[in-house]
Amino acid sequence: MEKPIYTLEFEKPLRELSAQLDQLRQRSEENKLDLADEIAAIERKISATQREIYSSLSPWQKVQIARHPKRPYALDYVEALFENFQELHGDRQYNDDRALIGGTAFFQGRAVMIVAQQKGRDTKENIQRNFGMAQPEGYRKALRLMRLAEKFGMPVITFIDTPGAFPGIESEERHVSEAIAVNLREMAMLRVPSIAIVVGEGGSGGALGIGVTDRVLIFENSYYSVISPEGCAAILWKDRAAAPQAAEALKINADHLEKLGIVDEVIPEPFGGAHNDLKQSADALRYALLKHLNDLRALSVEQLLDTRYERYRHLGVYEEAGATQH
Amino acid sequence: MSLFSKPQYSTVVVKKKDIPKGLWTKCPISGEIVFNKELEDNLMVVPKSGYHFPIQARARIAALFDPNTFEEADAKVRSADPLKFVDSQPYPERLKKYEKESGLPEAVVCGTGKIHDLNVSVAVMDFRFCGGAMGSASGEKITRAIEVALKKKIPCIIFSASGGARMQEGIFSLMQMAKTSAALGRLAEAKLPFISVLTHPTMGGVTASFATLGDVILAEPGALVGFAGARVIKETTKQTLPPGFQSAEFLLQHGLIDQIVSRLDMRDRLRDLLLALYVGKLPAANAKS
Repeated sequence: MEKPIYTLEFEKPLRELSAQLDQLRQRSEENKLDLADEIAAIERKISATQREIYSSLSPWQKVQIARHPKRPYALDYVEALFENFQELHGDRQYNDDRALIGGTAFFQGRAVMIVAQQKGRDTKENIQRNFGMAQPEGYRKALRLMRLAEKFGMPVITFIDTPGAFPGIESEERHVSEAIAVNLREMAMLRVPSIAIVVGEGGSGGALGIGVTDRVLIFENSYYSVISPEGCAAILWKDRAAAPQAAEALKINADHLEKLGIVDEVIPEPFGGAHNDLKQSADALRYALLKHLNDLRALSVEQLLDTRYERYRHLGVYEEAGATQH
Repeated sequence: MSLFSKPQYSTVVVKKKDIPKGLWTKCPISGEIVFNKELEDNLMVVPKSGYHFPIQARARIAALFDPNTFEEADAKVRSADPLKFVDSQPYPERLKKYEKESGLPEAVVCGTGKIHDLNVSVAVMDFRFCGGAMGSASGEKITRAIEVALKKKIPCIIFSASGGARMQEGIFSLMQMAKTSAALGRLAEAKLPFISVLTHPTMGGVTASFATLGDVILAEPGALVGFAGARVIKETTKQTLPPGFQSAEFLLQHGLIDQIVSRLDMRDRLRDLLLALYVGKLPAANAKS
């Protein structure tokens, strides 16, 4: 087993076991002892513990995996699945947002437009990428690229991974809310197929701002929510520490979202999270993307627009004259 | 907080004490004492200072339309509890409380009527019901108001007043942003005007969807309008917010809204705008009914 460099709280038993295993191996080598039986026992224990931990993850534990610093980010998938990615910069108005990027690329030999929220791998890159929190310019660049895709008949593939749109003075002064709102309206009217993939965090309006697509896919441990579990806990439980309860109550995990009809497909992840095997995660995504793109390509523009409108038109549950409506 | 300090800027802060009770009310800007009857007759606008107290949806509607022309629609659309949400109390209990407090079944009242003889489809949000938070039912009512405008080829006007999305309906609340915005896309395609009126307060998911998609965006004086709340901005960025930040006046200066319009002038101003944008453009549409 590969040594975990970064361990989540609930993975601690695994870290301890793996330390024991290392010690045994070292002792066996140094003292030329045959500890094969002991080593095998610990290895069995490790895989049993793994199964125990990872097959019954709580909503909050999944959020931890979605935020894992080793989790594959959009550009990891772009590199794994696409050829000749050409990043296109800037909103042509103010700035180039490094938290929301995009450009042309080829998927299985055909041109597509990538629009992606990107977090940083280390502190330096995170500062540059504003921890994946886009400003108005990011959303306006995204719209520019999506219109470019429309003009040249390319499907749009968006990667969602943000704690939320940036809440700051500059963001408000340049009207991040308007930038998101315009994207919602324009994405609903876009005359080319579109697919969104929630690869990590689907943080509220900041996520939806590139998420009004024909299909929405989500990785198994990703979440998509109207508010962060901590934010919800602070307001409704008056205590940020109630985030685990909030995560459960909000039904933000992939399996819930599929049941609620919000997402079209859950992309499976390797045991313990996508970071444990990027290739396996990317292969699963390739397979799903190919299938959905083919389905969408078969539709006329009118069918595409009508189906997309209906998809969002019917999201919601309310009562009318005593009956529950969807 | 000092009781007697003058507010630095005109952003309205809705507190329990701002909701008039008893016979008279004190204006938070000028300190003048206004009789409640006089305040209500003046659409909750303090006559001398022009301070705008929040107004109830039904009172706004009564003042907005030509007499006896408003027909309420979808009054039976109400919130459900799709997530079986429980925090300190179950969501259905909260809904009952909101209904009792506001006298309304939902945070949006919608319908059609005439403003200076022009047929319009209107949705009015009421902050008293769950802080105007948008859930499935309010999103549905707003979407229907837009679709009615589209079907009847008449303008749509939405008065926003909302703290944002309704957390107890989780992801469904978020999706109302997409639903309402998609409907506005169709309205725009049909070249029918949408006028968005921002009233105190309009925040979060409502600002980031239909409220900022108006062909014309108006705001009432002193209305607080923004995406993130002041507390969240401070916590995230440690920035000190400038005076008047996120007020209607601030947003006019920063180019988001077209005009600040007193509630007392709203009916006339809407007519003036619709005369320019709409009347004569689609002659058959507004002649009927």
